[in-house]
Amino acid sequence: MSERSMRTPLGRVRHHGAGGAGTGHFIATRVTSIALAILAPWFAVSAALSIRDASYVQALDFLSNPVNAVGAILLIAVGFYHMSIGMQEVILDYIHRPFTKMLLLLLNAFAPLVLAAGAVFAVLLVNFGV
Amino acid sequence: MAGASRPEDRPLSPHLSVWRWHVTMLSSILHRLSGIGLYAGGVLFAIWLMAVAAGAETYAPLAPLILSPLGQIVLYLIVAGLAYHLANGIRHLVFDTGAGLEPGDADTSAWFAILFAIAAPVGLWALLTFGG
Repeated sequence: MSERSMRTPLGRVRHHGAGGAGTGHFIATRVTSIALAILAPWFAVSAALSIRDASYVQALDFLSNPVNAVGAILLIAVGFYHMSIGMQEVILDYIHRPFTKMLLLLLNAFAPLVLAAGAVFAVLLVNFGV
Repeated sequence: MAGASRPEDRPLSPHLSVWRWHVTMLSSILHRLSGIGLYAGGVLFAIWLMAVAAGAETYAPLAPLILSPLGQIVLYLIVAGLAYHLANGIRHLVFDTGAGLEPGDADTSAWFAILFAIAAPVGLWALLTFGG
C-alpha cells in the first residue's frame, strides 16, 4: 500500500468481499438434504431388498417399476445437486491455488450434471427404450 | 499486556497441539469424509444405471464384480457413509434450529450418529442374509 492512489480505502475494498450468494447456498444445502433424508434411505433399502443377486434381470425389474423409476430420477436430480454444492464447499475450504481451485470448481460444476443427465436418460431408456 | 511476546510468537488458531480429542470434532470430520465418499458412490450409481440401460451384455461383468468381496466392501462403505451422513445431517438440521448445541447434547447426538453408521449396514446385511 506504499503506492500513492487517489482512491479511498473504502473504494479499494468495495466489491472484493463476499459474493452475497452464501445464504442461498446454505438454504439449498438444507432443503436438498431434507428431500434426500427421505429419498436416499428409501431407495437404498428397497434397491438392496429387490436386487438381491445383483443380476441384470432383477435390476431391470426394479427400475421398470414406475414408483422406483420416479424415485430414482428424483434421487439423481436432488442428489447430484446436493453433491455438487457440498463438494464446492470442500474445494473452497481446502484448495487455495487459484488455477487448481478454478479447475476443480469447473469440474465439480460439470461432472455431476453430465452424470445426472446420463443417469436420468438411463432410467428413461430402461422404461421407454426399444 | 506486561511481558507479552512479539505478535509473531503468539499461538495460532486452531491450537492443534493443545486440543484434546473430542467426539464432536470426529463427527465433523466424518461428515466431510462421508460426503466425499458418497460423491464417489454417486458416480458409481450413475455408471451402474447406465450399464443397466446399455443392456444385458454390457451389464454382464458387473454382477460378479458387485458380489465379489471388493464389490461388497465398496457397497458396505457406501451404506455406512450414507447412514452416517443421514444421521449427522439430521443432527445438523436440529442444530440449525438452535437446539442440541449444549456440549453434553452435542456429544450424545454425535455418538448416536456414529453408532447408527455402524448399526445400519450391519442390520441391512443381516436382513439380506438371514431375512426372508
